[in-house]
Amino acid sequence: MSEQSQPVPHQSDEQSTVNGLQRTNASRSKQRIGVAFEFACRMSTWFSVAVLVVLLAGLIWKSWGWLDADFLTNFDSRHPGEAGIWAGIWGSVWLMFFTMLFSVPIGIGAAIYLEEYAPPTRLTRFIQINLSNLAGVPSIVYGILGLTTFVRMFGAFGANQKVLAISLGFGNLRIPLPLDRTVLSAALTLSLLIMPVVIVAAQEALRAVPGSIRHGSFALGATKWQTIRHQVLPASLPGILTGVILAVSRAIGETAPLLMVGAFMFVTSTPGGIQNPVDLLTNPQGVLDAPFEPFTAIPIQILNWVQHHKHEFEHVAAAGIIVLLVVLLVMNASAVLLRNRYQSKVRW
Amino acid sequence: MSMSFAEIVEQRQGGSVAVSAGVIPAIKLSTKNLSFFYGETQALFEVTIDIPARNVTALIGPSGCGKSTFLRTLNRMNDIIEGTRHTGTVWLEGADIHDKRVDVVALRKRVGMVFQKSTPFPKSIFDNIAYGPRIAGEKRKKVLAEIVESCLKRAALWDEVSNRLKESALSLSGGQQQRLCIARSLATDPEVLLMDEPASALDPASTARIEDLIFELKENYTIVIVTHNMQQAARVSDSTGFFFQGQLIEMGSTLNVFRRPKEQATEDYITGRFG
Amino acid sequence: MTSANTPLRTPAQSAELLRGHVTVAALKERLIRGVLFLCALVSVITTLAIIFVLVTESIVGVGSNTAFFQDVSVWEFLTETRWTPQYAEQHFGILPLLCGTLLVAGIAALLGLPVGLASAVYLSEYASPRTRKNVKPILEILAGIPTIVYGYFALVFVTPYLIRPVFQDLLGFNVSIYNALSAGIVVGIMIIPMVSSMSEDALRSVPRGLREAGYALGSTKFDVSARVILPAAISGILASFLLAISRAIGETMAVTIAAGQSPTLTLNPFESVQTMTSFIVNVSQGDTPVGTPSYKSLYAIALTLFCMTLAMNLLSHFIMRRFREVYE
Repeated sequence: MSEQSQPVPHQSDEQSTVNGLQRTNASRSKQRIGVAFEFACRMSTWFSVAVLVVLLAGLIWKSWGWLDADFLTNFDSRHPGEAGIWAGIWGSVWLMFFTMLFSVPIGIGAAIYLEEYAPPTRLTRFIQINLSNLAGVPSIVYGILGLTTFVRMFGAFGANQKVLAISLGFGNLRIPLPLDRTVLSAALTLSLLIMPVVIVAAQEALRAVPGSIRHGSFALGATKWQTIRHQVLPASLPGILTGVILAVSRAIGETAPLLMVGAFMFVTSTPGGIQNPVDLLTNPQGVLDAPFEPFTAIPIQILNWVQHHKHEFEHVAAAGIIVLLVVLLVMNASAVLLRNRYQSKVRW
Repeated sequence: MSMSFAEIVEQRQGGSVAVSAGVIPAIKLSTKNLSFFYGETQALFEVTIDIPARNVTALIGPSGCGKSTFLRTLNRMNDIIEGTRHTGTVWLEGADIHDKRVDVVALRKRVGMVFQKSTPFPKSIFDNIAYGPRIAGEKRKKVLAEIVESCLKRAALWDEVSNRLKESALSLSGGQQQRLCIARSLATDPEVLLMDEPASALDPASTARIEDLIFELKENYTIVIVTHNMQQAARVSDSTGFFFQGQLIEMGSTLNVFRRPKEQATEDYITGRFG
Repeated sequence: MTSANTPLRTPAQSAELLRGHVTVAALKERLIRGVLFLCALVSVITTLAIIFVLVTESIVGVGSNTAFFQDVSVWEFLTETRWTPQYAEQHFGILPLLCGTLLVAGIAALLGLPVGLASAVYLSEYASPRTRKNVKPILEILAGIPTIVYGYFALVFVTPYLIRPVFQDLLGFNVSIYNALSAGIVVGIMIIPMVSSMSEDALRSVPRGLREAGYALGSTKFDVSARVILPAAISGILASFLLAISRAIGETMAVTIAAGQSPTLTLNPFESVQTMTSFIVNVSQGDTPVGTPSYKSLYAIALTLFCMTLAMNLLSHFIMRRFREVYE
């Protein structure tokens, strides 16, 4: 409830008129505390806004003149004027693709199980508490998990890299064992990282579907899965997608776990050698190789530039950050649009 | 509204041939000593009832008396709620519906249900009706279109929506939505229709349409309707059961229940002394 | 369709119609349920895998692989004041890292908790709905900014344009370019949105009646906010504080960039420190050979970090649950 709609007369009026008493010194100092308190609270709120403004203004200032078409399409370079983020963009695209490929189906499946099927047992409660704890595990710990289980595979394959080759007709799938410092290792790690967020968001979307829809479907002789597949999922899909986009946009900015699984700081190639969307169709071998190749990502390149000893690289870093923020902004905006459209369209 | 409930019934039966004296209708659904529990709370106490086939049976009683709970045990919709259990037996044409071998889905196809609040799916009108046949495996477009048309006609909705079948069902008015839900239930070709206060949220005109519809549907369907509106029970039903505090107090032909209630509680309720 | 003239079925016929058959469809239902259950298990497996990895590398070794604490005693780990895994003379004392972590988290808490709480009070008690509608998305944006950006902000803006002018030029301290204060400040900024939104939820879930009772007694808005609402929502606020501190302890990139990499046992906020998280990053960046104690120390540190954050998260969770029980 907003305080403005409360039928409370303004304090000063009340105090000056109650029983016709004059304001005492005590009440005056009390009032001063109240004013100071409100002021402090107001300032605290605007502090965040100010930080955001300063941050954005500073970034624009530092990147001014550095963010151009060449920056977007160049590979990294030891000369600040020639450094670009092309490898990072493609690395991030591949990472996001595989991260979504793993985390979205499993996350939605888990949410469906927990919301629609799970009996109220101890195991279910444990899974639920475990989810909220997983969401609070520092991302670097996921990085260590990914390093040990995916990159090194517990050292189970010994010191020598082995390659599992599968011929698919239009190309060969060459899977390194252990997975090593590849796109796939990183994507699997990020999938585990955002899975709790995806599950919780999907659960909320499923919970928002009114029970009457389910009952109506059951009453027509639909089975549980038919009800979920034809009624519950379509009705909750926009909500789920919104949550997924927000979760994935979290993964895009993640740096620490990528460092742990061995993202490369300085790369002058793209995964699979694919450099534009047309290559995806014309270069099937490249597509098959991409998940098993070394990579960098937008935030990793930024880190490299931030830590660079040459001073000019702080401008390059600022340009990289702007690119990252724009990507995030686009994703968040599409999530908000999706949510608004869905809210205005469906009313129960 | 000076007419008594009994007069309503008599007036109606003057023009109706449905219930002719002396014919004992076959029994479609029956229960014996049916008790029902939500956790520790007992909601139904030893209910024994016979529901005649192709008749309208009204269940009346003050709110919280267990009539809706009872209705939902008839197609096992209560199974969905966690922590519920029952004792006693429910038979559909002599077959125990709680038998281990019974498939709930098959049961609900034979015993359809219409809810108090209309529950159209957020899909088109066509898809709402076609949903039941589709999940039962019907894929032929022509057959589906025929089902949709005939169900909408039987639910007296065809004339109003025939030219906008592709529109969202949520765009219909409340009364239309409820008739859509009835049409949707008919599409799975049930034998019994359970209606839980189907008109309680509707305006008088829509209510009248639903009541007419119920009256027509009983030609082919066994209908059990829960209502707190005694005039409605009197207008549409052939037999009436009075529930009170989880017990079935009295069950008989609607005329008898309203004109000559056997139990004091029934009389008190009908004459408006409580409830 | 049944017509008015068809007689009823016999009980046997009716039962046959109701019978469930072992059909492909029924098997499919079961299979789907099983697959969905496996999806839900993935999260449990993740937790178990984290624990397994951390424990086998730091407490009990598997096979020929010895664990960190089989090479280095727990006593040394907890009491030694030097952390020098990269030097010839190796010392594995967590205290410098712990101290660095707590220094940064402490500064972050000093800034983030009061500011976050105050803005929660403002948003829930004072702000007009319009202000709230405009400010909340800004907080969400702040929460969504990647941590590496905050690291850059600390290094490129906070230290040279805020800390150095004030503390070095004005007050005469010697401020290192990498320092705990700048890291603490940006981590503090990072936790503001979290504290603010969780505390605001807690404040808003205080029943209206309590508020109105306060005003009815002639209290001022300040009295009601500070003496009635805040105490009533205290457990929800505490839960948000715990979660925020846990986040500050686990924060990695901003700290790695801004606080530097020197594991010194100091409480001087103008010096460079190394936190647990930035040590982990540092090892992974270098070429420490797999299997050496200094490599395995990474797991010991990660285990410590995991236990600390887990304890705080669980505590926050249980406080929150108690809080919900009171008002819902």
